[in-house]
Amino acid sequence: MTDLTRLTIAGARDGLKKGDFSARELTSAHIAELEAARALNAYIVETPDQALRMADKADQRLKEGDAPGLCGIPLAIKDLFCTEGVLSTAGSHILNGFRPRYESTVTANLWRDGAVMLGKVNMDEFAMGSSNEHSHYGPVKNPWRAKGSDQDLVPGGSSGGSAASVAAHIAMGATGTDTGGSIRQPAALTGIVGMKPTYGRCSRWGVVAFASSLDHPGPFGRTVRDTAIMLGSMAGYDAKDSTSVNRPVPDYEAGLGKGVKGMKIGVPKEYRTDGMPEEIDALWQKGIDWLRDQGAEIVVVSLPHTKYALPAYYIVAPAEASSNLARYDGVRYGLREKVDGGGLDDMYEATRAAGFGDEVKRRILIGTYVLSAGYYDAYYLKAQKVRTLIANDFHSVFKKVDALLTPTAPNAAFPLGDKLDDPLAMYFNDVFTVPANLAGVPAISVPAGLTGDGLPLGLQVIGKAFDEETVFTVGQAIEDAADFTAKPEAWWRD
Amino acid sequence: MSVDKDTVRRIAHLARVQVAEEKLDALAGEMNNILDWVEQLNELDVTDVEPMTSAVETTLHWREDKVTDGNKAEDVLANAPDAEYGFFSVPKVIE
Repeated sequence: MTDLTRLTIAGARDGLKKGDFSARELTSAHIAELEAARALNAYIVETPDQALRMADKADQRLKEGDAPGLCGIPLAIKDLFCTEGVLSTAGSHILNGFRPRYESTVTANLWRDGAVMLGKVNMDEFAMGSSNEHSHYGPVKNPWRAKGSDQDLVPGGSSGGSAASVAAHIAMGATGTDTGGSIRQPAALTGIVGMKPTYGRCSRWGVVAFASSLDHPGPFGRTVRDTAIMLGSMAGYDAKDSTSVNRPVPDYEAGLGKGVKGMKIGVPKEYRTDGMPEEIDALWQKGIDWLRDQGAEIVVVSLPHTKYALPAYYIVAPAEASSNLARYDGVRYGLREKVDGGGLDDMYEATRAAGFGDEVKRRILIGTYVLSAGYYDAYYLKAQKVRTLIANDFHSVFKKVDALLTPTAPNAAFPLGDKLDDPLAMYFNDVFTVPANLAGVPAISVPAGLTGDGLPLGLQVIGKAFDEETVFTVGQAIEDAADFTAKPEAWWRD
Repeated sequence: MSVDKDTVRRIAHLARVQVAEEKLDALAGEMNNILDWVEQLNELDVTDVEPMTSAVETTLHWREDKVTDGNKAEDVLANAPDAEYGFFSVPKVIE
């Protein structure tokens, strides 16, 4: 039998339907691989027993001919999604021991469609970070290493465990969340596909909140088609999330393969930043040529407020985070620090000091400051106005073009520890991804090439609100032309 | 607008995060780095710009004003670090 962990989701689905192998066999193969890959630290919780139970149920459905697209497909779930009865930590010590009594809408949709949960994967604490080094459960290692080097690299973040598990073939796909780039940047740094849909497409209900107006659940896969299949299951209206959008979800997979002939693709000139590495600039140009060769018209466009996106984000996101994270009080769930002879406030302060990591504390303090009396107008209100300008930039270019092509990240994977002491350098990793969060528009990262050192780089396609189909189409055109077949060497295996 | 040690102490208390006295200076430095950097937003004139309230055009949905959920006291208390007699338990707040 072929190695079942090398299949795509689409390939495995077809094999399962033909009866070439069972869901139990497919899931068992992945459990064996992930147990041999603990050196990556991708999983916080492994759920092999539950996975096999779910696989058996999927086999039953396959036998009965009631098999939706994801029936029997083993997935990794970012530990930001609440899963009923299974430890859900958000990568934080403050959610120590938390086992939700409910299931997030997105994961419930996946289970409805027959998917199998392999476990909960590692992440930056409360999704704050771009390297997965800010996790209470330790950093995730990128499956990729530079040519001839044994130095450990970061997988990107915050969905580092999701990205690493898909890249290392210890999950067929994964859920992620993207608040400022947390799906697309790790996808780029690990050579896989990551998709952030339009704001409101995927319900946030049961997803631990970071910055509610910017949080987007979305899928990771090894192909554009696989992410289209996953998004089709994850998306949909949910009355339990007041920002969920009540629109029909198109059949994303059926929409693939249309090609970019006759499309207008915008290249935003402001994304050519000072000091952009030569290799990234060259790859971007290659992407432009690929789309032109396939019949697209390339248009240079301007998004004049791009440089203000990152500073506006670092006001809005911490402000919303400081408010959302107020709920961790040591009373209702998770950690509680007892203070001898202390009162309620002492308990709150001690619990939050012990439960939150340094980056989370930094953002809570910034957020509290920018929302505090006398500063609200100067910071938060101003940032929300800048956000309007950034969204307007997108609205006006999308009158002229169907989609935009940019690099995903300003660099390839970097060594563990490299940017830990410099928050601003870390924040800069999201310079190309943050604008799409501020505007709520869909975007995908597709692996498109390797650096001279042999590390993966991604290109990003950004589309109009609710036009994920065009984003997938252009993403697939890049994927076809790039023919990215490189794989990391399995150094992590026991 | 520069943040000093006293401001960090006040903000940390507002946020209910205990910060050791010897860490206040370092935190003030880190916060100032970030706040100095976001100052560049002042280059923009936003006088007549509406602040964003929703990333995508949408209207909040209405529903009938009736109870749709509840009677889950056991579920609600299941993860509490300390619960007694069907209530969350906290340190004494009244002398």
